[in-house]
Amino acid sequence: MVRDTSQEEPAIRFQDVNKSFGDHVVLDQLNFTVNKGDRVTLIGPSGSGKTTILRLVMTLEELTGGYIFIDGQPLTHDLRDGRRVELKEKHRNEVRKRIGMVFQQFNLFPNMTVIENIIEAPVHVLKVPKSQAITRARELLDKVGLADKEHAHPLELSGGQQQRVAIARALAMDPEILLLDEVTSALDPEIVGEVLEVLREVARTTDITMLIVTHEMQFARDVSNRVLMFDSGSIVEEASPEVMFTQPTEQRTRDFLAAVLGD
Amino acid sequence: MNSRPLWDWDAAWEVLPLLLEAFITVTLYVTVVSSFIAAVLGLVLAIARRSSPRPISALIGLVSNVIRMTPIVVQLLFAYYIFLDAEPLLIGVIIFGIHYATYMSEVYRAGIDAVPAGQWEAATALSMSRRRTWGAVIVPQALRATVPALGNYVISMFKDTPFLIAITVTEVVRAAQTYGGNHFTYIEAITLTGLIFLLSSYPTSLLIGRLEKRLAYTN
Ligand SMILES: Nc1ncnc2c1ncn2[C@@H]1O[C@H](COP(=O)(O)OP(=O)(O)OP(=O)(O)O)[C@@H](O)[C@H]1O
Ligand SMILES: [Mg+2]
Repeated sequence: MVRDTSQEEPAIRFQDVNKSFGDHVVLDQLNFTVNKGDRVTLIGPSGSGKTTILRLVMTLEELTGGYIFIDGQPLTHDLRDGRRVELKEKHRNEVRKRIGMVFQQFNLFPNMTVIENIIEAPVHVLKVPKSQAITRARELLDKVGLADKEHAHPLELSGGQQQRVAIARALAMDPEILLLDEVTSALDPEIVGEVLEVLREVARTTDITMLIVTHEMQFARDVSNRVLMFDSGSIVEEASPEVMFTQPTEQRTRDFLAAVLGD
Repeated sequence: MNSRPLWDWDAAWEVLPLLLEAFITVTLYVTVVSSFIAAVLGLVLAIARRSSPRPISALIGLVSNVIRMTPIVVQLLFAYYIFLDAEPLLIGVIIFGIHYATYMSEVYRAGIDAVPAGQWEAATALSMSRRRTWGAVIVPQALRATVPALGNYVISMFKDTPFLIAITVTEVVRAAQTYGGNHFTYIEAITLTGLIFLLSSYPTSLLIGRLEKRLAYTN
C-alpha cells in the first residue's frame, strides 16, 4: 500500500495524477497536497483543469493514472504488490462521505423541499435519526439566513437562496473537505455577496479543509491561505494570497491576473 | 322487417346492462390491471436499460423493439395458441401489460434522460446509494414529465381492448355484437358501446390532469 508515513496525513494528496478525455490530456503527472484545515484556491485560465481536479476528488470523474489520497487513504485506486488496482465502490463511498461539494448550478433536488434536501443524506447515508437531522438542518438554515424557507421548494427560491441551501446541504454531512467550484458564477452580481458572506462565515467558524475554484479574487484573498496557479493542467506558481495577488513571480500568473482583474 | 325503426329504445334499455357488465368485468378490468403491469414493468425495463452492462441493456432494447413493432393481435393469438390451457382473460391481461410496458419504458427512458446530470452528481457528492438515488431523486423527477404521455397510453390501451375478441374474450364490443346478432339490433348495441367508451375516456383524462398537478414541484 502506498501510505504517507508522516504523523499528520494531508487532507488531500494527488500523486502522479493523470487525467485525459480521449486523446486530450488535461492533467499530466500532477502532484500536490492540501493539509488539514487548509483553504486552497485554484486559479488559472479556462480549460486549465481546475474543475477536473475537484471532480476527481469528488469521484465524479475517473482517474486515468496515479492516485488520490484522502486523509492518507486511497480514494479510487491504490498500489498493491506493484500493481495499480481499482478500489471497490463500497470503499469509494466510505471515503467519499468525508467530502462535500457545492456546484456552480446548485443541483438541489427540485422534487424535495428545502429541509428534505438537507436531511436526505444525513438520514439515509449517515443513518442519523430523523428528528436529530431536522434539528441540525434548522441550525444550518439559520446559519445561512434561510430559517423561514424550510418548507419552500428549491425552484421557488432565488439563485442566491438556492446556493445557500446547497451549502447547508453539504455542511449537514459534516464533511472534512469541502469543494467549491465557482459557486457564485451562475448568480446575478448583486446576490454574489450574500453567498460569499455565508462561505466566509463557514471558513471562520469551522476547520473544514476547503478546495476552492473562484473568480472572486477578493473572496480568495479573504478566505484562503494558499493559492495555486494552474495552466494546462500543471501548477505554475504557488503562494500565499498576499503574494500571489500583489507580487506574483511568474509572467503567466501576472498575465492571467491582469486579464481577470481587468487592469 | 321493413317496419323496424332506426332506433329502438326498448332494445337499447335491454342491451345496456349486458354491455355495462362486459365493460366493467373485462374492458375496465383489463385496462386497470394491464396499465398497472405496464407502468411497473415499463419502469423496471427503463431502469434496467440504464443501469445494466451494455450487452444486457442492448438485449432488453432488442426484445422491446420486437414487441413494439408487431401488432398486439398477433401477440395475443401467439400466446393464446401456446398456452392453450390458460384462461384467455389472463393471457389478455398479461399481453396487454407487456406490450404497453415496452411503450411506457420508452416514455420513462426519455424522462430519465431528461433529468440533468447535475442531479446524479449531487447524489454522488452526498454519497447516496444507487438505489436511493433512483428512488428519491431520479424516478420522481422523471415521472413528473412522463405522466401525460403514460396517461395517453392508458387511453390507447383502453381503446385496444376490443382486440381481445381475437382470443374469444367477451369484452364490450363482442357483447354488443353477440346481442345484435341475436336480436337484429346492431345499431343500438354498437352506438351504446361507442358512448360507453367516450364517456369513460373523458374522466380518465381529467384524472391524468389531476395526477399531473399533484406531481408538480411547487404547491
Ligand atoms: N467531460 C469532458 N469531456 C471532454 N473534455 C472535457 C470534459 N470535461 C472537461 N474537459 C476538458 O478538460 C479541460 C479542462 O476542463 P476544466 O473544466 O477542468 O477546466 P477549468 O479550469 O475548470 O475551466 P473553467 O475556468 O472554464 O471552468 C478542458 O479543455 C475541457 O474542455
Ligand atoms: Mg471550471
